[in-house]
Amino acid sequence: MKYVDEFRDPELTAHLLHELTAATTRPFRVMEVCGTHTMAIFRSGLRALLPSQIELISGPGCPVCVTSASHIDAFLQMAELPDTHLAVFGDLFRVPGSNGVTLAHARARGAKIEVVYSAVDGLELARQNPAELVIFPGIGFETTTPGIAATILAARQQNIDNFMVFSTHKTMLPPLMALLDDPALGIDGLLCPGHVSSIIGAAAYQPLAEQYDLACVVAGFEPTDILQALILMARQISEGRAEVENAYTRAVTWEGNARARAMVATIFAPADMSWRGLGLIAGSGLAIREEYAGFDAQSRLALTVPESKEPPGCLCGEILKGIIAPPACPLFGSRCTPSSPIGPCMVSSEGTCSAWFSYSGETRSATAITN
Amino acid sequence: MCLAIPMQIIEIRGDADDFLTEQIAVVVADGIRRETRLDIVDRWPQVGDYLIIHAGFAIHTLDPGEAEINLKLMREMADGLARTDQVP
Ligand code: SF4
Repeated sequence: MKYVDEFRDPELTAHLLHELTAATTRPFRVMEVCGTHTMAIFRSGLRALLPSQIELISGPGCPVCVTSASHIDAFLQMAELPDTHLAVFGDLFRVPGSNGVTLAHARARGAKIEVVYSAVDGLELARQNPAELVIFPGIGFETTTPGIAATILAARQQNIDNFMVFSTHKTMLPPLMALLDDPALGIDGLLCPGHVSSIIGAAAYQPLAEQYDLACVVAGFEPTDILQALILMARQISEGRAEVENAYTRAVTWEGNARARAMVATIFAPADMSWRGLGLIAGSGLAIREEYAGFDAQSRLALTVPESKEPPGCLCGEILKGIIAPPACPLFGSRCTPSSPIGPCMVSSEGTCSAWFSYSGETRSATAITN
Repeated sequence: MCLAIPMQIIEIRGDADDFLTEQIAVVVADGIRRETRLDIVDRWPQVGDYLIIHAGFAIHTLDPGEAEINLKLMREMADGLARTDQVP
């Protein structure tokens, strides 16, 4: 298939792997920001083949994993409202809130919850059910938000007033900066997320490269893309450079997608946002503007969301910060597995715990407790 | 959420300059056929172009020239090694 097969060519992959080994002249630590990268590196088998001098740690870029338990609690509250339909991304369905309750549980108890592929499907549901409220729990980063903004704009243009979004939308740079402010993280390079970068542009990482002396390389999701990016990074690191480079030029430009960003700015304004594991980070989220308050579930429903509690024993917070790897969690592989997950990092297929469990060959905790 | 393969456009409905019409492309890949919105795509595409799609919205029209450059760079990196390999 065009633009896919040539980037999966095993021979090219093998050559690039050789070149990466040659370019790696000293040990270095890379954070792969994006959950899709985490999964792609495992699933393609790359993780086991990389030079042992390269240490990969996962970052806070899985949108489901960073959705705070209190936001899940709010979604659960909305699901219980009369004459209300929730339209949700499938990934959210099994994420536990404070008491381990998920939207899947709520649906089993009779709440009207539809899994949709796009926010537009939620809008369609609202059009077909004019007597009900349809609420779309908005999760995700810069890649997702423009589509949500366009959907809200479409709702306004088509006068559909029973459609609302509960925005927990987040932006990628503030949490990265918060993590990088802690010198203990000690990373040398950042594998920058491919499709977030399509929107924000490779230029957006310039401040990170400069302030934190970080080799930032934008990468696609095929094995050759990831290897090319790591080669560029290894070269920067051995030459003592810290720059932004783009190894995914077919999908990412230096400036990014200005049209999508303008759409977001029309509907959303920056706001403080709480993250699972990372807490409240100033200016790291997006709230619906006053002008569009009619489409904002938060202001229309005036929900009060209680303080959240993380699932007991779950170390997702430490994992999202890149402090530990999943086998360091005592529940990993014993009480917590993809078929019976305790924390969000095991729920999402892009979560770090799920990726480790499914692909690393390590399916037991290094410090297992069995009960 | 990002593991989207590029899909090729077989039909475009709507008009780049008229936001009040629905801007939709019909795309195919691997035997899957889908409609995707063009509201936020960076560059208005033509039939035959490839799109990167996220949650029902096209976010990027692939530039065939850039894809070639992308691949050429990778091949050069791989070749560079083939040459150094011959050095004993
Ligand atoms: S293995 Fe399970 S309990 Fe442990 S950190 Fe991961 S998701 Fe949480």
